[in-house]
Amino acid sequence: MRILIIEDDREASDYLVKAFRQQGHVAEHEHDGLAGYARAAEGEYDVLLVDRMLPKMDGLSLISSLREQGVETPALILSALGQVDDRVKGLRAGGDDYLPKPYAFSELLARVEALARRRVGAKGEETHYRVGDLELDRLSHKVTVGGQEVVLQPREFRLLEYLMKHAGQVVTRTMLLENVWDYHFDPQTNVIDVHISRLRSKIDKGRENQLLHTVRGAGYMIRDSAR
Amino acid sequence: MTALGKLFRTTAFKLSIAYLVLFSIGAGMVLTRVGARVKEVLDEQIEQTVDAEIRALSEQYAQGGLRQLANAVERRVRAPGGSLYLLTNHAGEVIVGNIEQPKFTPSGSSELVETTYERRGEPGETHPALLRLFLLPGGFRLLIGHDIQDHQVLRDILRRALGVSLFWLALVGAFGGLFMAHRMLERVDVMSDSARRIMAGDMHERLAVSGAGDELDRLAENFNAMLERISELMAGLREVSDNIAHDLKTPLTRLRNRAEAALHGSSSDSEHREALAAVIEESDSLIRVFDALLMIARAEAGYSSDNLAMFDADAVVRDIVEMYEPVAEEQGARLDVETQSGLAVTGSRELLGQALVNLVDNALKYGVAGENPTIAVSARRLGENIEIAVADRGPGISPQDRERVVGRFVRLENSRSRPGSGLGLSMAAAVARLHHGALRIEDNAPGLRVALSLPATRAMPGPASRATERA
Repeated sequence: MRILIIEDDREASDYLVKAFRQQGHVAEHEHDGLAGYARAAEGEYDVLLVDRMLPKMDGLSLISSLREQGVETPALILSALGQVDDRVKGLRAGGDDYLPKPYAFSELLARVEALARRRVGAKGEETHYRVGDLELDRLSHKVTVGGQEVVLQPREFRLLEYLMKHAGQVVTRTMLLENVWDYHFDPQTNVIDVHISRLRSKIDKGRENQLLHTVRGAGYMIRDSAR
Repeated sequence: MTALGKLFRTTAFKLSIAYLVLFSIGAGMVLTRVGARVKEVLDEQIEQTVDAEIRALSEQYAQGGLRQLANAVERRVRAPGGSLYLLTNHAGEVIVGNIEQPKFTPSGSSELVETTYERRGEPGETHPALLRLFLLPGGFRLLIGHDIQDHQVLRDILRRALGVSLFWLALVGAFGGLFMAHRMLERVDVMSDSARRIMAGDMHERLAVSGAGDELDRLAENFNAMLERISELMAGLREVSDNIAHDLKTPLTRLRNRAEAALHGSSSDSEHREALAAVIEESDSLIRVFDALLMIARAEAGYSSDNLAMFDADAVVRDIVEMYEPVAEEQGARLDVETQSGLAVTGSRELLGQALVNLVDNALKYGVAGENPTIAVSARRLGENIEIAVADRGPGISPQDRERVVGRFVRLENSRSRPGSGLGLSMAAAVARLHHGALRIEDNAPGLRVALSLPATRAMPGPASRATERA
């Protein structure tokens, strides 16, 4: 995955470049808005990481200019402004995701991967997901494990749907709260964990190879570990 | 600027002068018009009189010839009044009359002509008159007219009246204007002095209100209300900075101590990792406190209105209850929810959700006691408001602590041992204020009932139902 990081804080961008490279991605960086814009407009990137406050051209104008030019590379906005209305402004400008600073790298990585994946999978949403012997049909709202139907609450269904859509990827707690519950605040307690463990008891009960994994310090992942 | 210069520059003075000029022009126009009209009327009267005389005298002449005419004129000349007569023959010799032959003789028109005459026996003393010449058969000329000295006196009176009234108008206007300007200026000066003192930092100073209820008073009252609000905001800001000093330095110190201990202390790799993990956890909780503080400050400063939308409060309540149900269950408690539907509110769905999370979280932390603990969450319409309440059956909060507990970082004695920042209730209160509502802390006898009361928005089906779907 090719990632362009546009961030004026050199220490932060060096850290991000190093961390993404360690994860096996190609990461490049620019330190001001204009250079970042030029590079993003010509280069082939899978994801842009854009700091909101940049010298020469701020992050939001950078993204909206790119969108006007028809550049649709997914962009994740990084910003110290983390209130709800800041987020709304960022997404309105054409950003695809918004992560307030300071953030955990695991959170950023999970979101970047989800964004890149969204781009690949943009050809059309699948209607049927399968992980191991777990199947979910989005049209009939049916979930089966080894052919046996499992009854899920509506929220549990959406939770599983989101996890399966991102099968093989780490999904963080805040991503779940945002996409399954549509709230953007910090889930202070273990709310998400409790929902996950309920879901787990329904789909992973008495199974040797668990499908729903907890990724320590990051979040959750659904994956067929038997393969 | 000199004091006098300041006075002349006041709006009140300038207005007075402007009005003065306008009134003077008006008064001049009225008096001139009156004068002209009076002259017209008098002239008309004279014309009618002269016409009648000519008719009468020419009849006399027709009946009794020159003799009777001369007698008639003679009689009229003797009668008192301002009428003027002069009968001359074709040679210009005077037959009878009370005036000298005028230097200017009106030609033989039927028009009255304004001219001057001398009385008989008083040569050299001219008087104004309106005269008309009437030619009689046989070459006799009859001059008939009227003295108009009176008219001129009247005109002079009017002219003088105009002058005098303009003089007094100007005098009274100028002094009145100066007086009003002075009064205005005095009050404005007092106000700007107060404003200067306030700018210099005395936030307790207020503008003086005279009690007259005029526009300056209204202005002063509004300014005072504004100052009150600014003071409140500044106090809030000061409180935040105090809080930051007191309550953020403690965890920062803890953070630093941990890092230091890891640096100088034992050196096993796993211990280092453990210390680093603890440091990250500590900094995460610090970030949460920062976020909460910022959010409270933002909510209290007001929210830009383009981020406010209409949504169903009951949907948010159901969302949050659904979110927390498994958590409650894990603690052996039950969440009961009771909502009316279509409770539309204008504001921020996210912030209301967060406030509610705080309340439910609090209830689960402190309000779970006894057998079968139940937390009742409800949303209902209450008059013009929508009341969202979270009620538990726990130990509650004593009445004297209820007000205090909403403050930032306030943690009551029996809660200090548990995790928390002491910001949950103040954040909920800030969210309530942002929605122009209020947060109430009540006795649930036994237990605690925290209610958010928000003004209801008249429901329009469109956006409200969309918000429900989103949820």
